[in-house]
Amino acid sequence: MGQIVLEQVTKSFGDVTVIPPLDLIIEDGEFTVFVGPSGCGKSTLLRLIAGLEDVTSGEIRIDGTPSATTPPAKRGLAMVFQSYALYPHMTVRKNIAFPLRMAGLDRAEQDRRVEQAAAVLNLTDYLDRRPGQLSGGQRQRVAIGRAIVREPAAFLFDEPLSNLDAALRVGMRLEISELHNRLKTTMIYVTHDQVEAMTMADKIVVLRAGHIEQVGSPLELYKAPRNLFVAGFIGSPRMNLIGGAEAAKHNATTIGIRPEHISISAEEGAWSGVVGVSEHLGSDTFFHVQDTGLAETVTVRADGEVNFRHGDRIYLTPREERLHRFDEQGLRIA
Amino acid sequence: MSTKASRSAARLMLAPAVILLLAWMLVPLTMTLIFSFQRYLPMRGGFQGWVGFENYARFIGSSAFWPAIQTTIIIVGGVLLITVILGILLAILLDQPMWGQGMVRILVIAPFFVMPTVSGLVWKNMFMDPNNGLLSHLWRFFGADPVIWLSDASMLSIILIVSWQWLPFATLILLTAIQSLDSEQIEAAEMDGAPVLSRFWHIILPHLARAITIVILIQTIFLLAIFAEIFVTTQGSFGTRTLTYLIYQRVLESQNVGLGSAGGIYAVILANIFALLLMRIVGKNLDR
Repeated sequence: MGQIVLEQVTKSFGDVTVIPPLDLIIEDGEFTVFVGPSGCGKSTLLRLIAGLEDVTSGEIRIDGTPSATTPPAKRGLAMVFQSYALYPHMTVRKNIAFPLRMAGLDRAEQDRRVEQAAAVLNLTDYLDRRPGQLSGGQRQRVAIGRAIVREPAAFLFDEPLSNLDAALRVGMRLEISELHNRLKTTMIYVTHDQVEAMTMADKIVVLRAGHIEQVGSPLELYKAPRNLFVAGFIGSPRMNLIGGAEAAKHNATTIGIRPEHISISAEEGAWSGVVGVSEHLGSDTFFHVQDTGLAETVTVRADGEVNFRHGDRIYLTPREERLHRFDEQGLRIA
Repeated sequence: MSTKASRSAARLMLAPAVILLLAWMLVPLTMTLIFSFQRYLPMRGGFQGWVGFENYARFIGSSAFWPAIQTTIIIVGGVLLITVILGILLAILLDQPMWGQGMVRILVIAPFFVMPTVSGLVWKNMFMDPNNGLLSHLWRFFGADPVIWLSDASMLSIILIVSWQWLPFATLILLTAIQSLDSEQIEAAEMDGAPVLSRFWHIILPHLARAITIVILIQTIFLLAIFAEIFVTTQGSFGTRTLTYLIYQRVLESQNVGLGSAGGIYAVILANIFALLLMRIVGKNLDR
């Protein structure tokens, strides 16, 4: 069980309002990702839910119980920190057992749960080492192990993968998703990386300056971004945003078209431009096209086999049904 | 940077400092060693021949030796206990955000800047004086008979004075250690359901272990040699004669340089035993 409801939650540090009134419902068992640029208040929001920061006003309900003033330990939530926050003087076994020891469980039960968690996380061989003797990925797993032994109502992850190298990050991403599928526990995951958000989430909450810009499934956000900010933030590479006369043709202030929704041709098309930098990823090639007269550069995805060289003139045609239109406030026009 | 020429130039330029330091250390040590094998009474005939280990045997055989060792250990142990425990508490207190933090921290360090002789005199005359001392006024205010600190509670008085001097040092080292504790660890412990005392016992104290051993190591080495505080207060009477003070009495009061030098060598050996022992403990802590 782990439904978390935020009602008119606000947070200010002195005169600075970090979170203006905010409402959000996180359903039981959902994998929710808070995503946004750094400083958008996503970590603060997570810490409010955890109880590490006090709300300035508003209510937080965990499984229906008002919890805004409950101390962190009593909320039944477990948190994985960015720095892992392992206790350096304890062995892995003692680290994982710490919350159980604090809860006053007997030794046998502690050992049983630690062994179980270690087996799930492939840590059995490392139980008697200290955190200092482990690699980044292993430390990460110990931190997760310390969270799962408590059998919490929900897991809170605060940018847990940002200290890992790229390859390990992909692996841990899969492991966390796998863990969620197995445990079916509510998870709230904070990240600034939209790839993590897209790949892992059931529900993405896009935040900017403490405001919720949009809430929805990854595909909803991809297909129908509610405003320019979400349009620019979700999707990699970024959506091309084009203003001026070309947008006016579509009765909009700004139009957006994703790089993967533009077809490319050497002979003819709606727009023309000169190939600047091209990035060959093998499976795909991204061309950064200049001198289109639309925007500074237009990014286009093509098949990996397509080969244009720097300075070649090419023609682009956007797929009309995939065009996103935005009005002068930056809001989506349906 | 590390060509042959630059390395020898570096050695050449370091040489004066190294030679000076070595001379500073080795000359007095060698002279003490030489004196310790002589019968040397400056006011009563000067050098009177070599006596081998007689001074060593006499120093250790004197009735004052073992009590002096005991006094030394009690003072060192007492001061360590007070400074480490109060130091940890003060460090935690000073780590809390508060108004005027910078000022408070400077004030806390202040006693360390007061010379031992001065602080000894200040305590003796302003606080512990049985007639006009602040403490005796306090006692009288509550209707009690003033304690005659330096004679009735001589050891406690010395320990208090020295603790007052060394508390800032312990506090400072422990404060920097506390500040280096990752706040996420405390938060993690909070999430894990550890109440305040458990957080202190399981997270903060182990984190401080290394700093505590360093405080103990450095303080022990300095405390074995305290002298001024005793010299200006009890003059070694009322059971406050430490090993250092005993050596001083042998050399300057009895004018027996040979005997005192033998004591000095004992003190060097004692300090080294302590240092080695503590280094091994610190070394073990550093391994983690």
